[in-house]
Amino acid sequence: MAFAAFSSNKPAPNAAPMKSGKIVLALLLPGLLYLAMFFMVPLVSLLITSLESPDPSGAIGQYVYAVDFSSYGNVISRYFPQILRSFGYAFAATLFALVISYPLAYFIGVRLRTRPLVQKLTLTLVIAPFFISFLLRTIAWKQILSDNSPTLEFLRSIHLLGADQYFLGTPFAVIWGLTYNFIPFMTLPLYTSLERLDLRFLEAAGDLYANPAQVFRKITLPLTMPGVISGTLLTFIPITGDYVNASREFLGSSSTSMIGNMVQADFLQNSDYPSASALSAILMGVILILVTVYVRRTGTEDLL
Amino acid sequence: MKKLQLGRKVLPLYSLLALVYLLIPIVYTIAFSFNNSKGRTNTTWQGFTFAKWGDVCSQAGICEAFGNSLFIGAVSTVVATILGTAIAIALVRYRFKFRSLVSLSLFLPMATPEVVMGAGLAALFFNMGTEQGFVTIIISHVMFCLSFVVVTVKARVQTLDPVLEEAGRDLYANPAQVFWRITFPLLLPGIVSAALLSFALSFDDFIITYFNAGPVTTFPLLIYVAASKGVPAETNVIASGVFLLAIFLVIGTQIASNARAKRHAKFH
Repeated sequence: MAFAAFSSNKPAPNAAPMKSGKIVLALLLPGLLYLAMFFMVPLVSLLITSLESPDPSGAIGQYVYAVDFSSYGNVISRYFPQILRSFGYAFAATLFALVISYPLAYFIGVRLRTRPLVQKLTLTLVIAPFFISFLLRTIAWKQILSDNSPTLEFLRSIHLLGADQYFLGTPFAVIWGLTYNFIPFMTLPLYTSLERLDLRFLEAAGDLYANPAQVFRKITLPLTMPGVISGTLLTFIPITGDYVNASREFLGSSSTSMIGNMVQADFLQNSDYPSASALSAILMGVILILVTVYVRRTGTEDLL
Repeated sequence: MKKLQLGRKVLPLYSLLALVYLLIPIVYTIAFSFNNSKGRTNTTWQGFTFAKWGDVCSQAGICEAFGNSLFIGAVSTVVATILGTAIAIALVRYRFKFRSLVSLSLFLPMATPEVVMGAGLAALFFNMGTEQGFVTIIISHVMFCLSFVVVTVKARVQTLDPVLEEAGRDLYANPAQVFWRITFPLLLPGIVSAALLSFALSFDDFIITYFNAGPVTTFPLLIYVAASKGVPAETNVIASGVFLLAIFLVIGTQIASNARAKRHAKFH
């Protein structure tokens, strides 16, 4: 699994290191040049664009090179609610995904260990959503939860929902969709950690009179922390930039828009490239700071 | 003891509910591929029909978009798998300076929200005056698939015993022979899963593609544009077909490898 290596913090085992400069260079260079060209350069390009000023002629969508930080101040004051919302929704959805995924991953990784085929097949069900279009899954939720859907009528009939209450377009619907769409990114690294968990440690703790809660808090959780860390990162980061769930055509409304929606609108509809770039740069900056602090705190620095 | 008994049942039940939650939209999407809907709207159940499965290409643009996505996915996968496999081998097998810098530069794309990568590439193409289209989509897909290929293949390289390659060298195989006869076949399962992952990522990508597609319509772009007007049932047919094919392949492989492992256990 892709996330197996992602969650490991051990150095590479065995493999007698070979020294052979030319071969290493031939292996690394094409890929790294590619990344430099199409990952680093675009980020720099984004930063340059974010510092541009409007063309003096006043033409829409025309900008000139400058070192003008006003876009940053502009987007922060204009899009402050969206910025807060993005991180708030991402935090909530990551938490829900963790609460749903941990027991599921424990069940598959620990309880089903004695039955390898059942274990593999259950894990396949977890990644099954990856095989069907992300947008169609979100549209499915939209229709299942739409205002006149049987689901909502049922909820109204049992008085869980008031007659004039609805679900689509609310923050709850957006968080629901975000949680749903990113759960496999949480479950897989958790599974990888739990599957490797040495159960003898748990037995030993039980022999020493630890109760189940203590066993979990002192043994299971610390040993599976690498999985928790990569799972929360793999969920939180893409959610902060997502704009499908929050958009009006899917689960959101104009009052649920996130950073991604604003970047998309400014870049593709309003041709306000400096604002879109500044907002992207802010998003990237905040994420880098959060990730660094988080990883330092939790102590897994070597993530790859 | 009674509490523990309860716990034994709660966990499977909780997991079952979580799996049901994960599968609901999939079942819904497949079910609505059989909906006898009229025209482009497919929101309420109109009765069961196989008609949409028989005539997928009847709605304009759907099969073209599907073809575009297959083409883009195939090209991106080949390029990303070659570049990524080379990096993975270098990272595990060789010691060199700036190793951690290389690791960091591979981790960064995975830690970057898609909207930032999409806008960044679009800004680059815009600043360079590059016309957007198939080439720009493929460039962006190779970029975000690359790190995932490295991570997947790297896990496989780590399990590889270097002794096998040494044995080959001792028997006078030249480096190319060692690679093609020993290393490559052993890495193949990792390379195949990396390629499948790349293809899945590319095929389903919407956000980055939306920024860099120009006039080209991929399958996810088609769905996005249709979302406001109603997504035709034919779209569900294609997505369901791809899903069922993929899931049967995966499950078939698992059952086969399980049977093989059992047979193996019997002989030893």
